[in-house]
Amino acid sequence: MIYGLVASALVALGLYGLVTQSALLRKVLAFNLLGGGVFLLFGVVARRGGDAVPEALVITGLVVAFAATALALVLVLRLFQITGAATIAEDETPR
Amino acid sequence: MSLLLDLLLGLAVLGVAGWTLAVRGNFPAVIGFVAYGLLLALVWVRLGAVDVALTEAALGAGATGVILLFAVVRLRGGRAEIDAATPGPRQRIAAGLLCAMVGLALAVAVLNLPNPAPSQAAAVARHLPELGVANPVTGVLMAYRGLDTLLEAVVLVFAVLAIWSMAPDRRWGAVPGPVFPVQSSGPVSLLARLLPPVGIVIGIYVAWVGADAPGGKFQGGTILAAMGILTWVAGLWRLPPVASRGLRWAVVAGPLAFIGVGLLGFVIADGFLAYPPGFAKPLILLIEAAMTLSVAAALVLMVAGPPEGRRE
Repeated sequence: MIYGLVASALVALGLYGLVTQSALLRKVLAFNLLGGGVFLLFGVVARRGGDAVPEALVITGLVVAFAATALALVLVLRLFQITGAATIAEDETPR
Repeated sequence: MSLLLDLLLGLAVLGVAGWTLAVRGNFPAVIGFVAYGLLLALVWVRLGAVDVALTEAALGAGATGVILLFAVVRLRGGRAEIDAATPGPRQRIAAGLLCAMVGLALAVAVLNLPNPAPSQAAAVARHLPELGVANPVTGVLMAYRGLDTLLEAVVLVFAVLAIWSMAPDRRWGAVPGPVFPVQSSGPVSLLARLLPPVGIVIGIYVAWVGADAPGGKFQGGTILAAMGILTWVAGLWRLPPVASRGLRWAVVAGPLAFIGVGLLGFVIADGFLAYPPGFAKPLILLIEAAMTLSVAAALVLMVAGPPEGRRE
């Protein structure tokens, strides 16, 4: 039950980071924190049933999360290469 | 005693997660994230999910940490831009309140779960002997949820394709990722010579033993990929160029074997991804072997990133 609460707090923390941090790299990090919380929540709920099905799905999810993170980081780097921007904030001052 | 351990571990996970978000530098944030991943793996062990713990430690902490570090090294500066785009205190408090509400709602849901818990454990256990696989997680991944696992295998191929497509035109067909100079001395060079013989055996073992014990293609493939990345970073192994046919076959071998066996199910069993009685285990092992190779190749390529080297 402790871990259920930890997972809920992780989701809240990750969501907060995703919303408030402006650097894209840190957004990706926060998103992964959030993901860890979601998987943990799933695992905690699954454990009560002593069930292998959700556990297997979490493994699937972890691999897909890694693939998504890798793609996100490549996109962040490509954006940085092309525009020199580290955020997706809209320019307030015209260049 | 175990309650105290759980409590401390839970607090440690939350503390590291909070620090990862709060710390100013990118580099310490990534280190915090890796620590978070490892602690989370311990939590999974405490929950009795060793398969998940292995995957979390290898992928969630290890591989993700490596690609994050690669990104940190390349993203220089931008401090002023980041500070300018960071929301003000009022917005942050509003966001904090809303996020806390989400967390509270989840916590309430966790505390009010139905009792007894719904479970498919009995259904899984009933059919395991027919598959000849003793690890229920592998049984689920390969049989009951075989379609999910197939789709995930395809996701890996698409992720590699998407990452490659970020390459500028002039780099297309070149070696993926940066090319590291050969390290003839130092710790990286020593480890890159010492670990792979052991690591490759362990990786194949973990993939093989997955049928009966914690382990499997993703965990084994990740260990193999780690060995590849280690020798690549040490400059001892050059990645084949993205135009290489062998490399491309390695990436698609697993999904192709999976789809092939799946289609075979129409002929020798009763539908897509159905295993004929008595042949489930050999077929699962065939898919697992091909998938281990593909997972390893895809992970190395995802860590390496789009082609950056000179075209050969």
